[in-house]
Amino acid sequence: MSEFLSLKNVEKRFPISGKDDYVAVTDVNLEIKKNEIISIIGHSGCGKSTLLNMIAGLDMQSEGSIELNGKKIRGPGPERAVVFQNHSLLPWLTSYQNIEMAVKKVMPELSSIELRARVEKYISMVNLEHAKDKAPGELSGGMKQRVGIARALSINPEVLLMDEPFGALDSLTRANLQEHLMRIQESVKNTVIIITHDIDEAVLLSDRVIMMTNGPDATIGEILEVNLERPRKRVELQHDPEYIRCREAILSFLYEKFAKEDE
Amino acid sequence: MNIDLVKRIVLPLLVLIVIIQVWSGIAHTVEDFPTPSDTYVAAFGGINEFDDEVVGVLSDPFYIENVDDKGIFWQIMESLKRVFGGFALALIIGVPLGLLIGMSKNAQYAFDPFIQIFKPVSPLAWLPLLLFIFQDINLTAISTIFITSIWPIIINTALGVKSVSEDYMNVAKVLQFTPMEKVVQIILPVAIPFIFTGMRLSLAIAWLVIVAAEMLTGGIGIGFWIWDEYNNLAYHNIIIGIIIVGLVGFLLDTIMGLIANYFDYTKKGRA
Ligand SMILES: Nc1ncnc2c1ncn2[C@@H]1O[C@H](COP(=O)(O)OP(=O)(O)OP(=O)(O)O)[C@@H](O)[C@H]1O
Ligand SMILES: [Mg+2]
Repeated sequence: MSEFLSLKNVEKRFPISGKDDYVAVTDVNLEIKKNEIISIIGHSGCGKSTLLNMIAGLDMQSEGSIELNGKKIRGPGPERAVVFQNHSLLPWLTSYQNIEMAVKKVMPELSSIELRARVEKYISMVNLEHAKDKAPGELSGGMKQRVGIARALSINPEVLLMDEPFGALDSLTRANLQEHLMRIQESVKNTVIIITHDIDEAVLLSDRVIMMTNGPDATIGEILEVNLERPRKRVELQHDPEYIRCREAILSFLYEKFAKEDE
Repeated sequence: MNIDLVKRIVLPLLVLIVIIQVWSGIAHTVEDFPTPSDTYVAAFGGINEFDDEVVGVLSDPFYIENVDDKGIFWQIMESLKRVFGGFALALIIGVPLGLLIGMSKNAQYAFDPFIQIFKPVSPLAWLPLLLFIFQDINLTAISTIFITSIWPIIINTALGVKSVSEDYMNVAKVLQFTPMEKVVQIILPVAIPFIFTGMRLSLAIAWLVIVAAEMLTGGIGIGFWIWDEYNNLAYHNIIIGIIIVGLVGFLLDTIMGLIANYFDYTKKGRA
């Protein structure tokens, strides 16, 4: 087992004026293998985004260390691409240009022909050939999120970080995008960390589900292994004993062991 | 024909009739006040109330008698040159300064008090000081316009920079953009519509100020021309001057608005 991405004793405190620091997450220890798909689930405010932002390098941990391939993470970088909850496409660029901008920056050595080919490849990977010259304002929420995923994948990241990528979408679109992601993952085989609120999504997509306790002082409560063959079929899984076991484990963690009254 | 279009043409005409009636009323009560028809003759030429044949101010706007006696077109051009001179200078200095203030808290703390204090000062208050420094009408007018225009440009540019969403900056961070790339690829596209709003405001105020500034400095320009016509007791020309200043201001604002829309990505069906 190669240590690919490792978090050791990670803690994040936020200073609050006039009071003690708010300890959002503490004592987080996690080893993530290459090509593993991990989801992080937990109640709102438990520090999922905080954790992801620290891995992304957008925020710095207060204690502990985060290492990728044995190197400490000191800031954001394209080897850890992020898909943000609200897509964060640049609205003045078309889908094509949004992806092109990222590829151009990260792979400046590409010729214009190679650049074009690469951008087109990732656009067709998310089936958006027809929308490549549209601006984000002209796309549906699901399409925007697909462009966001294509943009993140186009720069060939070692880790794909997704903060509730489908959180803002309706359940049909959400299911559709989950299928997209699984299909893409079959061919690309990235390491993926995905934050979610959705139990089915967590089980369907991941190899392991990280369940977080409630904050303050939130930490990893349980880690669930999902032993389901891939490719996974949403409909068939509904009666699969392993699927049902995983769902129940998460349900019981979230609503019995760490239920949140004020939700 | 479209009923709305008819209203848009007919209703202003009704108001115009009322204005002309009121104007005629004033002309009858105030001695020597030009009537609408006098003014029309003064503008476009014809036979005036003393049965004299006159050449209208607008019949030959392009004449050049000598350096001090030029047609109305040249007066306007002179004023526009000053406006655009000062305006361009304000852009060159105001936009970078606005970007800096928007991006750096320290710059904001440093400059903000001065912007707040100088912004409400009428640019005309600077005029005597500037005249003393430059001893030159043109430079004084241009620098007055510069001081007029710079505040809205700085303030709106900084506002534009501040409205760049954290998400876009995170994208830039993940892609490891250099500060220059951040400015060019993220900040400017967001800020440009704001900058144009500032420019449009600036230009409108500059056009207001130039008329007054030229009245004080003298020389040539539409502002001085109006003042000169007052001294010549040619009151009808003052009215013509007012209408022309209004039309030119309207034209400037419309053109600025079109340019602003052209550069505003949110107005192109992209939100
Ligand atoms: N910049 C900050 N300053 C102070 N407190 C913060 C800051 N960012 C987050 N927090 C606090 O840290 C805790 C964890 O926040 P975080 O956004 O990581 O939660 P989350 O698990 O992602 O929640 P959600 O599911 O609602 O997105 C919250 O209580 C939040 O109020
Ligand atoms: Mg969150």
